[in-house]
Amino acid sequence: MTVFKKPHALTDVPMHYCPGCTHGIVHRLVAEVIDELGIEGTTIGIAPVGCSVMAYNYFNCDMIEAAHGRAPAVATGVKRADPSNIVFTYQGDGDLASIGMAETVHAAARNENITVIFINNAIYGMTGGQMAPTSLPGQVTQTSPYGRDVNHCGYPIRVCELLSELEGPEYLARVTVNSVKNVNNAKKAIKKAFQNQVEGKGFSLVEVVSSCPTNWGMTPKQALEWIDEKMLPYYPLGVYKDRSGSQEAQK
Amino acid sequence: MAKLTFKTDYCKGCGLCVDACPKKVLRLSPDKINPKGHHPVEAVNMDACIGCAFCATMCPDCIIEVER
Amino acid sequence: MADKVLMKGNEAIAEAAILAGCRHYFGYPITPQTEIAAYMAKRMPKIGGTFLQAESEIAAINMVYGVAAAGYRVMTSSSSPGVALKSEGLSYIAGADLPSLVVNVQRGGPGLGGIQPSQSDYFMATRAGGHGDFRMIVLAPASVQEMAELTVKGFSLADQYRMTAMILADGTMGQMMEPVALDSLPVSPMPEKPWATTGTKMQRPHNIVNSLYLSPDELEKTNFARFERYKQIEENEAMYEEYLMEDAEYCIAAFGIAARVSKNAIDEARRRGIRVGMIRPITLWPFPVAPFKKAAGQVKHVISVELSMGQMIEDVRLATECRVPVTLCNRVGGMIPSPEQVLEAILKIADQGGKQ
Repeated sequence: MTVFKKPHALTDVPMHYCPGCTHGIVHRLVAEVIDELGIEGTTIGIAPVGCSVMAYNYFNCDMIEAAHGRAPAVATGVKRADPSNIVFTYQGDGDLASIGMAETVHAAARNENITVIFINNAIYGMTGGQMAPTSLPGQVTQTSPYGRDVNHCGYPIRVCELLSELEGPEYLARVTVNSVKNVNNAKKAIKKAFQNQVEGKGFSLVEVVSSCPTNWGMTPKQALEWIDEKMLPYYPLGVYKDRSGSQEAQK
Repeated sequence: MAKLTFKTDYCKGCGLCVDACPKKVLRLSPDKINPKGHHPVEAVNMDACIGCAFCATMCPDCIIEVER
Repeated sequence: MADKVLMKGNEAIAEAAILAGCRHYFGYPITPQTEIAAYMAKRMPKIGGTFLQAESEIAAINMVYGVAAAGYRVMTSSSSPGVALKSEGLSYIAGADLPSLVVNVQRGGPGLGGIQPSQSDYFMATRAGGHGDFRMIVLAPASVQEMAELTVKGFSLADQYRMTAMILADGTMGQMMEPVALDSLPVSPMPEKPWATTGTKMQRPHNIVNSLYLSPDELEKTNFARFERYKQIEENEAMYEEYLMEDAEYCIAAFGIAARVSKNAIDEARRRGIRVGMIRPITLWPFPVAPFKKAAGQVKHVISVELSMGQMIEDVRLATECRVPVTLCNRVGGMIPSPEQVLEAILKIADQGGKQ
């Protein structure tokens, strides 16, 4: 009996990501969820600008490449054009939390019925390792060579916490993929974020604390450990908003 | 008896599967090099494999198929 | 004779878009075009369409990108500073070969400028819609009726050539009221869009809407292919109106509100025995080269009447191949040339026998 194989919603194209980059794991989780919900034929994915810019080659559903940060606006258009389709964006931290922050906040505030997969690896990967809006205090990057100085360039943004203050969004959760257990939990959150859309519940965002071994200057294994040691204390895992879930719990 | 199939041409030799395996079944091949220039994963202790799919769960490139 | 209704130019654009089958509008408030958004906000919910006030011009044009990718007729509208913000999305729409309709009801600039009419986005519309090599079909109405007709035409050209059609109006055109016949507009049915991201339904390979080509060879090919299409447009789609050009010794070049003002001046000059006519470009891109080329062998002088510091004048010089002198008669900053000013320019040039 086959207990594990590549999901149908992933194409057979080899991914361009660096060795040990967790983008591949998250792609697979999204694809598994698409398979399990049987929605590949009605799903439209929006790729960002950043490392996952070529995600359109890796998913078997229809795909659109958006301008930097604009994926939630593009997704809004696609979803409003045909609300029966399932629309997801896949965005990195620079895309979602810096140049596209307005699009993110307003799509959440409108409770736009879309699913957002947000990869937070605290760095700009594609351009070679510059400081991201989520880079940690003191983190050395190409554009914070002496470590991120919060007095100079401010503090990293906790997206789930920020959005949780809005009335709009349906579901906000932060997960990570640095261990088998955490990967399995991440999948549950991603599945819920898609299921919510299928049920018409609204804006669901899953922030995945991810690794960037290349630009962090670590081995893939060290990078997963660094998530535990440095990332998770600043970005605690958990569900930050679950509107209908908490309403159901109150009943 | 579990069975692992590797699409070794797609392997990037990151070793996350090796670390995830609870039974020390896997290693990065010290002498093989795939077309991408990586030392791909190989099973060296299949008798110990329990088909838990931890390796496949952690593989970023989805190159492992697991049967049990 | 079709029934006519009295409408503002901005409202005529909005209603014509609905008649053309547009059911999705995204915009952001900016004077002097906000009536379009207000009209859509009222009408769209009643006909099963989408009106959404976006968080920014940038978001609005990217929502347009999304709907266009999904294969539906879609539009946004704005005024000069807002259209500048849209340039990112306009470039992506061009790069992904998507159809869209964008309205620019121009106001004075640069910067925040003013809220009065202007034609100083001619370069932005015909030259620099955004980064990279691309064109937009630019339609310049000179009456409320034309606002409606060119909107309908714009949707069908956009679909036919898979690109943006821009209505380049100005604050006067947007705000003026005139009778409009809406029931005879030449609406074209939407063509099949097999490239659209409508969901594979597990019946076909996935469609990808994209403007990224990391291989320079491939990117070059997409540019060459796109410009082949542009060449067809230049050959087939240039539109213009000629006014009293048969026997003209002098020629006015003007579009939009400047053309309306110029007509009055031409009529008065004719009464005084000066044979002056006008070529009014209706498409600014493709620019109607043929009538100007012909005029270059006929008239002694061309006067380009513009609400800018002289932008279309460059296309007039190119089209006349510098065989006749071309001078500018203009007002800017939200001011409109008066018929008297244009008449004065005609009289001065006629007085010199057309010499500069």
